[in-house]
Amino acid sequence: MAKALVNKILLFSSVDGPGNRTAIFFQGCNFNCLYCHNPETINRCTGCGLCLDACPAGALSSRNGTIEWDSASCIGCDACLEACPGKSSPKAVSMTVNDVMKTVEKVKPFISGITVSGGECTIQKEFLVELFEAVHKLGLTAYVDTNGYIDFSKEPELTFTMDKAMLDIKSYDEEEHKMLTGMSNAIVLKNAEYLANKQKLYEIRTVIVPGILDNHRNVAEVSRLIAELDADIRYKLIRFRPIGVYGDIKKVGIPSDELMAGLKKIAEENGCRYVTVV
Amino acid sequence: MNGILNIIKDRALTYEQKIVSLARAAENTLSVLPISEEVQEYRREGILCDLNEGNAPYRPRYIVPDYERFMKQGSEFLRLKPAKDIWEATNNLLILYRHVPSVTTMPVYVGNLDTLLEPYIEDEEEAYKAVRLFLMHLDRTVTDSFCHANIGPGVTKAGRLILRAEKELQDAVPNLTIKYSKETPDEFALEAVETALVSAKPSFANHEMFVNDFGINYSIASCYNGLPIGGGSFTLARLVLARLAKQSNNAEHFLEEALPEAVSKMCEFMDQRIRFIVEESGFFESSFLVGESLIYKDRFTAMFGMVGLAECVNHLLGAAEQKDRFGHNDAANALGQRIVERIHQLVSEHNNQYCKATDGRFLLHAQVGIDTDYGISPGCRIPIGEEPEIYDHLLQSAPFHKYFPSGIGDVFSFDETVKRNPAYLLDIIKGGFSEGLRYISFYASDSDLIRITGYLVKKSDMKVLQQGGQALHDTVALGLGAVQNSRILERKVRHNG
Repeated sequence: MAKALVNKILLFSSVDGPGNRTAIFFQGCNFNCLYCHNPETINRCTGCGLCLDACPAGALSSRNGTIEWDSASCIGCDACLEACPGKSSPKAVSMTVNDVMKTVEKVKPFISGITVSGGECTIQKEFLVELFEAVHKLGLTAYVDTNGYIDFSKEPELTFTMDKAMLDIKSYDEEEHKMLTGMSNAIVLKNAEYLANKQKLYEIRTVIVPGILDNHRNVAEVSRLIAELDADIRYKLIRFRPIGVYGDIKKVGIPSDELMAGLKKIAEENGCRYVTVV
Repeated sequence: MNGILNIIKDRALTYEQKIVSLARAAENTLSVLPISEEVQEYRREGILCDLNEGNAPYRPRYIVPDYERFMKQGSEFLRLKPAKDIWEATNNLLILYRHVPSVTTMPVYVGNLDTLLEPYIEDEEEAYKAVRLFLMHLDRTVTDSFCHANIGPGVTKAGRLILRAEKELQDAVPNLTIKYSKETPDEFALEAVETALVSAKPSFANHEMFVNDFGINYSIASCYNGLPIGGGSFTLARLVLARLAKQSNNAEHFLEEALPEAVSKMCEFMDQRIRFIVEESGFFESSFLVGESLIYKDRFTAMFGMVGLAECVNHLLGAAEQKDRFGHNDAANALGQRIVERIHQLVSEHNNQYCKATDGRFLLHAQVGIDTDYGISPGCRIPIGEEPEIYDHLLQSAPFHKYFPSGIGDVFSFDETVKRNPAYLLDIIKGGFSEGLRYISFYASDSDLIRITGYLVKKSDMKVLQQGGQALHDTVALGLGAVQNSRILERKVRHNG
């Protein structure tokens, strides 16, 4: 059975797709976004051990070069994450599909389904396919929260076992996208079209960062794309918040209500039916 | 007599509140109930209390008229013919409400409003105007938020108009419950959730569970009390477990000595109250509600209330740290269940000849507390300030609900962002009901109108009262007391996850 590295599982989530969903955050990402608000999910732990001394509860130990985390004594202070030089977490846990399903089965009466997120969950795509099959057997749905770097047209198993995707279009502009994430947006845009045509696209998200991104252009272009593909695809405009982020971008302010309202108006005028600001 | 003069001169009371207070004071000059010294001792210690019912009960505490029958027959006493349109229907009901007594002097149940009004809905916009004015009239004239309306479980035009109006009015009265079952369409349930996130109502009742306990003719009245239609509850007294527990140092003594004695005395106290209402007060011989078959003596029961289970358990276990306390610790939760089971067993063994609606038995009620309670949590609830995450909270609470047909429920405050995803809440409600939850209430953290414990009050009204002003609803004063003594405004706000 496949195994995956899971950063954490949130039993109830109101913001990861339709209804109440159990959100599973996978460790590891192929982007390195300036504004990442959970940068500890980006890389895998190298076992350097710098977090060991930072832990005030003695919940971390090192054995044969790997860091072991004792969840029972952990007090959740996140001092280990602050001490990590490698944008990782010693608390990520290797889990089988059965392990994850034990949690899902427990909360089953309360949820519409699960959403896999990250990090970038599609890096562990074989695991996802097995997980979704198990989830479907319980009558629940499986949503994928993705940065869209994997080419879904070349991943038929993943595309057809998942119910729907929620796709980030972080920037419509190739250069800006590279500046922000370190990667091209060509496949991201291709995925938007491909998934929409397959009725597999639930939502597109764009984070609004004043002074760093050309927010007006991004929202205008993405909303035009949505209207052209399927105006019922939700468009979520997310305010940048300096919580959890690393580096200079911390100094960037939170977008004003006026800015967000103006962007929402642009998206609606371009034909999007469901625009939300968070 | 000073007390009476104080009522007369009190500038924070409305004229109506003065009259009600004066009537209470007059009643309490009597002592007509033969109450034993043992019962008096429990009352002096605050272990047993009559919840403001007064010394000479002259009407049942909660009256649940058969409004369906009233709509069909009108009323001879009130000289009302059956209604022919929505204006006559709402007018007839408003007239009848004025004459439905209760412990508050105002009706605690005003009917399954959607099915009552549905036959009169023709032009929807005209009906909306009538429904909106009707609800506003209720709020401004039934000035006590224990007044409760029901809707559901099926979808009706009237039900949707009521939700639409409540969303707009955001008034404290009436309290509102949607009877929710598998026959309630998601679309209607989601409208109810959206309404609750702006007006703190409706609450959701597990219809199948109530039908199982009462049959189809049940109502949710006052706070959240399941009661038979065409009857009600003679009385509600309460046992304060948090205080009774102080008589014991261990669970065995409590379960085998203290509790049986206190339950027996409380049953005796309730028997006396019921006897007076039925045999001496003349209520059932003089009320036109009886004469016109809107209520029947044999459809009444009585409610055995309990409060402060959490503090009782924590005392008996000497639990100081959070991990050892009720709501967080398996052994503490198990002891809580043993206590409730024991109360259930002891109360079931008692017979009262007049409680015919429930074969002579009293029904258990998880009482929500009174404004002067300090450090006593409602019913079986986990204390405010100690609430676990919502998933654990619901699973901890659900096993208690089956013991309380005449009322139990949990209240949750959700971060306002939940308004964007009402299906999230509906999933939680469905899950809760499938796990045995009987009743659930919620509101959004940014709401002015909030649920205190089992009734609704506007935060802005409490502020006015606190600054020496008057409040139209008498429940504002109760809410303010609960806010000051029971940390209501510190209830855990449920954020995402």
